Amino acid sequence: MRCAISSSKLKKKSNPAVNVIDLKFYYGDNLALNGITLDISEKMITAFIGPSGCGKSTLIRCLNRMNDLIEGVRIEGCIKIAGKDIYDPAINVTELRKRVGMVFQKPNPFPKTIYENVVYGPRVLGVKKKSILDDICEKALTRAALWSEVKDRLHFSALELSGGQQQRVCIARAIAMEPEIVLLDEPCSALDPIATAKIEDMLVELKKDYTVVIVTHNMQQAARVSDYTGFFMMGELVEYDETTELFTKPKKQRTEDYITGRFG
Amino acid sequence: MVREAYHKALKELQDDVLEMGKLVSQAIQSSIEALKTRDIETSKEIIKKDQEINRMRFDIEEKCIVLIATQQPLAVDLRTLTAILSIITDLERMGDHAEGNAKINIMIGEEPLIKPLVDIPRMGEIGIAMLEKSLKAFIERDVEAARRVCNEDDKVDALHDQIYHELLLLMMNNPKIIHLATYLTWVSHNLERIADRVTNIAERTVYMVTGEMEELNVSKY
Repeated sequence: MRCAISSSKLKKKSNPAVNVIDLKFYYGDNLALNGITLDISEKMITAFIGPSGCGKSTLIRCLNRMNDLIEGVRIEGCIKIAGKDIYDPAINVTELRKRVGMVFQKPNPFPKTIYENVVYGPRVLGVKKKSILDDICEKALTRAALWSEVKDRLHFSALELSGGQQQRVCIARAIAMEPEIVLLDEPCSALDPIATAKIEDMLVELKKDYTVVIVTHNMQQAARVSDYTGFFMMGELVEYDETTELFTKPKKQRTEDYITGRFG
Repeated sequence: MVREAYHKALKELQDDVLEMGKLVSQAIQSSIEALKTRDIETSKEIIKKDQEINRMRFDIEEKCIVLIATQQPLAVDLRTLTAILSIITDLERMGDHAEGNAKINIMIGEEPLIKPLVDIPRMGEIGIAMLEKSLKAFIERDVEAARRVCNEDDKVDALHDQIYHELLLLMMNNPKIIHLATYLTWVSHNLERIADRVTNIAERTVYMVTGEMEELNVSKY
């Protein structure tokens, strides 16, 4: 298992799953991201950290065009996934969001059974056969490290689960769509340390099959789980490096000041 | 169990310490054997191999730093990592003592030993056994075994005393062998220091398990 702790240096960077090129993002006249350029490695965990308002959530939301839903936003530059510009007018956004799944800060299961939550996407896409849906449900819950805890109560309401379990249902729901990339926007900020540890273990397992991008306020979480970390400040990418390097030998003074608590 | 990858990395670090300990133990053993048999080539080999021990110490140290920086170890895990940082420093220095003995053998060169070596190998045997027991106690988190190891340091100190006085007498009787006798006192001193450093390992094991820092056996030297 490769994770931030099993080696101090990544010998070889994997292929980029995402290329962000000179990305500028405006909320009206307000520049929220100022010329961001970075590659996100395939089947690795990449974390974005930084103080509130630094642009990390804005960036992750650009990756599956969630920001399109906000009025008055404008984007310049380019984001390529598998070599294709996702802001090309010819791109089907629904299709893009199938390939790039997202999990949010607060667990938001639908008021349905655990089973129906997980198979919701495939069902909407027209999968009807029960045996296929059963299979999708089991696989997704297994990958989300929840199967053994809920397999006997799949038809109970997802809302009866604990916060950590609900968040894993949401992760299973995203995975059930077989995305290439999973985006997580502060997925543990509403969870206790044990539930957080379970999610973190699961993320390390998930990256065997998926590219994972996580935004977190908790930089210790970024240190624990990610392979690469980007540190953002006031809309700029200050430093982007292997996590072990960034947390032990940051190259920029601003990064050093932030991670040692000397910022602000 | 949660945080499996982290606990696996902690376990691997402890295995690395054990591996480093084996290299050090072999270096001590070979350095005495080479001195006994006047084997200069083996001594040169020990000096070369000490670089491997030094490298290993830096590697383990770096892994500890990465774990501390990225995994926020607490309680027994934090004590384990600080114990490892201390133990590898002692192991590296023990390797230097073995290297020192190898250098002494080279300095003696073609000259014959002034006496057959009996007590020096005995010191080495006790020291190596202490080292192996201390590392076993560390891996098994066995406080009582760690304490017992420290008691054996007295035997090494006593042998060092005995060797020193014996060599002093030889020097007084025959000043022409002062330089050769002095070399052997250095070897004895190196072995005495190795045993002292083993007691440091035992102390770190006690700290790792109990959280208490105790001096277990104050050496005569």
